[in-house]
Amino acid sequence: MRREVPQKLTDYGPLIFPAFMLLMFFVVPFSTMIAVSFFKRNPAGFYTPDFVFDNYARFISPFFGGVLTFSLGLAITVALLAVTIAFPFTYLLTRSTRATQTVWLVVLLSILSLSEVIIGFAWSTMLSRTAGITNALVALGLMSEPQALLPGFGAVLTGMVYQALPYTILVLYPALVRVDPTLMEAARTLGASPVRAFFNVLVPSLRNTIVATLIMVFVFALGSYLLPQILGRPSHWTLSVLITDQAIYQSNMPFAAAMAVFLVLISLALVGLTLLVGGRKEDA
Amino acid sequence: MSKLMINRRGVLAAGASAAGLFAMPSILRAEDKSLKVGVYGGYFQKSFDKHIFPEFTKATGIKVESVSEPTGEAWLVQLEQAAKAGEAPADVSMMSQTSTLKGQSTELWVPIDPAKIKHYNDLLERFVNKYPDGRVAGIGAVAWYITLVSNTKVFPTAPDSWAALWDADKKDKLGLLALVSNSFLLEVTAKTFMGGTNALDTEEGQLKAFAKLAEVKPNVRLWYRDEAQFEQALKSGEIPMGQYYHDVTGLAAADGFPVRSTFPKEGGIQDSGNWVISRASKKIDEAHVFIDYMSQPAIQGLMSRKVGTAPTLKKDVLDLKPEEFAAVSSDIEPIIPRYDLYTTKSDWLNQKWTELIVG
Repeated sequence: MRREVPQKLTDYGPLIFPAFMLLMFFVVPFSTMIAVSFFKRNPAGFYTPDFVFDNYARFISPFFGGVLTFSLGLAITVALLAVTIAFPFTYLLTRSTRATQTVWLVVLLSILSLSEVIIGFAWSTMLSRTAGITNALVALGLMSEPQALLPGFGAVLTGMVYQALPYTILVLYPALVRVDPTLMEAARTLGASPVRAFFNVLVPSLRNTIVATLIMVFVFALGSYLLPQILGRPSHWTLSVLITDQAIYQSNMPFAAAMAVFLVLISLALVGLTLLVGGRKEDA
Repeated sequence: MSKLMINRRGVLAAGASAAGLFAMPSILRAEDKSLKVGVYGGYFQKSFDKHIFPEFTKATGIKVESVSEPTGEAWLVQLEQAAKAGEAPADVSMMSQTSTLKGQSTELWVPIDPAKIKHYNDLLERFVNKYPDGRVAGIGAVAWYITLVSNTKVFPTAPDSWAALWDADKKDKLGLLALVSNSFLLEVTAKTFMGGTNALDTEEGQLKAFAKLAEVKPNVRLWYRDEAQFEQALKSGEIPMGQYYHDVTGLAAADGFPVRSTFPKEGGIQDSGNWVISRASKKIDEAHVFIDYMSQPAIQGLMSRKVGTAPTLKKDVLDLKPEEFAAVSSDIEPIIPRYDLYTTKSDWLNQKWTELIVG
């Protein structure tokens, strides 16, 4: 089919629905949030419409800078770990039989149906001293006495990677299924070991997919708010936790909005990066 | 837009009354006499639905639909947003003292007419929440104690003072509430080490309390927002000491869990909630009937026995036996939170607190 430049106004018809959805569910709420972030906070109550920079001024401090840096670092670590684990796994999955693939995909989809609360409480039980996995290690004679593995950074990371993994695999799966098997065969014929072929042929050929997946998991992890609370100490609380505190417990909507605007801008910047990467792909 | 809405409502109302002419009018009347009551979700809602609301409906014919409220200020925010749109997710709500004060600033609460509350004069003074000009904004609904709780297996002898939280042998063993405005640990610190909550009158005093509180930080394993998180850990001994609700701990102990609630010699923290009426409610009369009913000595007694709340009325009008009173309250003078601070200085206190526990 030939792509034609729209001639009449009605040719833009198909755009109306997506444009409407974008307007309703992104532009309007986000604009409202930006507006509220400039409102004046009334400590004894709610807020009054105004145009003040107090909320942003309060955010720009070493304390919130530290929290923002931690949140970004945590999200990046989760993204790297999830993709590092998911990429080889998904590759092996695509090489296995149809039946095996179906079973794995059903399992992954059922993990997706678990809420963050269930994942959090399940991991907090598994990592506890009284009922956790260390008890099994003690029973096996590998440890002398059970230990609590939470709260801590390791517990937060474990929970978040666990939560992100099914998404990561499901995003990588279509791309890996479409990889031309002759690519790897050619590499093998030319004398590359399987591991070398994997790193020198497969990984570079899917560079754009990997980058896009990293960004997706990063954005996903950036919004995490329950797992850091359940599995971590206060020093592991993300910016999202503090946003919730302000919005829900302090009813300080303007400040919560200002913090959220910061977070959304970072997410948007990363979407921009994805587009940039995608654009380069088409040039190549 | 709004005109359209009125028309639509009018049509619906006309339809309903037309149907009423032909159908059973008694059903319509029963539907009219109903009240949506917001109660803290979970334990409170379950207990009220089971023990209190059915009695109220029997006595007054007003059906109660209980609405589950989240803790914290979420409900206040939702009520406020809904009221701006003319909606009332609940006619009457249980509202914390701080939220009641905050709601006052936007006139969110319909003033309660004391003449319609028979036992108004028997209420303890601190359970009548007034607007600055003297109108009644809220009337005590329930009161409860936050006490020093511990796991009896890990700590065979009960602690007798809040100072136990600071002991070196409690390292990484405590569960405390995560917010300055619901843990009331500044008040506890002031009462335990600084001679009373009046020490928090000045910023200097508040900073001193923060400094003393910082010493407790290495002992804290969990700063909890969600009660279930701590209760589970306390029962299993994973986190063997902390602050928690006296009544809920008592129930857990009665269920056989190795936990206990202790009133320290400095007193338990007494927190409470008010009944307030949203200004968007169209059932002001029913709401007054409800608040009047809930403030009777017999019902306060029933609540103490069945729900485990401390009564809002003076002790001498109540029909509670001494042991029943002890199960929900104590003769030790309570620590009363400085709610005024959480409205006037809330942002500053919150910032200092967050820096203290996160930093």
